[in-house]
Amino acid sequence: MIEIEHVHKSFGSLKVLDDVSLTVNTGEVLSIIGGSGSGKSTLLMCINGLEPIQGGRILIDGTEVHAKGTDLNALRRNIGIVFQQWNAFPHLTVLENVTLALRKVLKKSRSEAEDIAVKQLKHVGLGDKLTTYPGKLSGGQQQRMAIARALAMSPRYMLFDEVTSALDPQLVGEVLDTMRLLAEEGMTMIVVTHEMQFAREVSDRVAFFNQGKMEEIGPPEQIFDAPHSDNTKKFLANVR
Amino acid sequence: MFNYTFHWRPALNALPQMLEGAVVTLQIAVLSMIIGIAIGVVLAVMQGSRFRVFRGIASAWVEVARNTPALFQIYMAYFGLGQLGIHLDSFVALLAGITFNNAGYLAETFRGGLRAVPRTQVRAARSLGFGAFDAFRLIVMPQMFRAVFHPMTNQMVWAILMTSLGVIVGLNTDLTGVTQELNVRTFRTFEYFAIAAVLYYIIAKIVTLGARGIAWRLFKY
Repeated sequence: MIEIEHVHKSFGSLKVLDDVSLTVNTGEVLSIIGGSGSGKSTLLMCINGLEPIQGGRILIDGTEVHAKGTDLNALRRNIGIVFQQWNAFPHLTVLENVTLALRKVLKKSRSEAEDIAVKQLKHVGLGDKLTTYPGKLSGGQQQRMAIARALAMSPRYMLFDEVTSALDPQLVGEVLDTMRLLAEEGMTMIVVTHEMQFAREVSDRVAFFNQGKMEEIGPPEQIFDAPHSDNTKKFLANVR
Repeated sequence: MFNYTFHWRPALNALPQMLEGAVVTLQIAVLSMIIGIAIGVVLAVMQGSRFRVFRGIASAWVEVARNTPALFQIYMAYFGLGQLGIHLDSFVALLAGITFNNAGYLAETFRGGLRAVPRTQVRAARSLGFGAFDAFRLIVMPQMFRAVFHPMTNQMVWAILMTSLGVIVGLNTDLTGVTQELNVRTFRTFEYFAIAAVLYYIIAKIVTLGARGIAWRLFKY
């Protein structure tokens, strides 16, 4: 369970997250929608401790992320994150991209790591690209590789940060399909996205962020068909 | 106007001796590069440090190494340290001087190389649970080395040529040292130094081509 309690976050004088509270239950898929600069991506960075916070707290299965003495490296093994820029490691093959953390962080043997990696890469449809370098892959393939890399660590949670925003339109589908599959398998996911159709179909709940505040949260039907807040209405009218 | 008779045969007879010198030359150059790269990486990281002391030490090293003659740096390692009671033999003094020079130049090169690696790579590595040091060692450094490989090769060639300065601190086992000894003994200056120059050229060329081969093997992406 991810518990976010009254989180405040600023970059200098700019307030990015303003008293945000929400809970994500195990097995749940939460989509976060909102305009750019609404703080939704920053929230993901705070959840796995890549960004410090100035107030409130975030608990992952009861462990406070920003508490002194929290082993962030250990914590992050349970939280997979996939970024907007796919961030493949260009000097490693597709297979090595996935095995590196398995071997060096989880200390698995080469053969064990490769078994896991091959399984994950097949899962995302890259079973035939093992020895290819990321530079030779399309954006969609690189993004699927990044998903496999995160999944190989068998995380309990997956965070997706606008993973389709930097892709050509014809490549968006393959990445969303991979995520859909993951949701069906019961992975706990927080998905920051601009893909409204995806958010509506796959999420258990949808949260709308506006200027650092969570305006509203609810089941997709409610958020998309009967939003309470005027800002949500305005936002949805613009993206449709 | 020109009554110098070339005597190539005695000079060529000295070739085995000179080749032994070439091996010493290569040893010094390779060692000075290995240690220089290690120190250079540390200096480059120190230059990006939050702590002013580290930045200060690194900048001072880089500034002195790059803006004073290599000859003086070797001189200081031999005679300068000698006056302070630290007596290095000429091999070690030359090695220290060239390593100091290499580290300074390479630190600047590496600093640029580090900029070429996007910060998001570190972020991606940390998010997989890598510690800061492992993220640097496994993700950032290999990419940095690719970006700086060619300037690094230049520095290696430069290091080989700098070893010839060992003669000023009395080194007589490297290629220039051996050549100089033969020269004083026979005064066939042109012949011996021409052969030495060819040997330097060949060593430098082999290093450049070798580096190209290594790059081809290493950087397939």
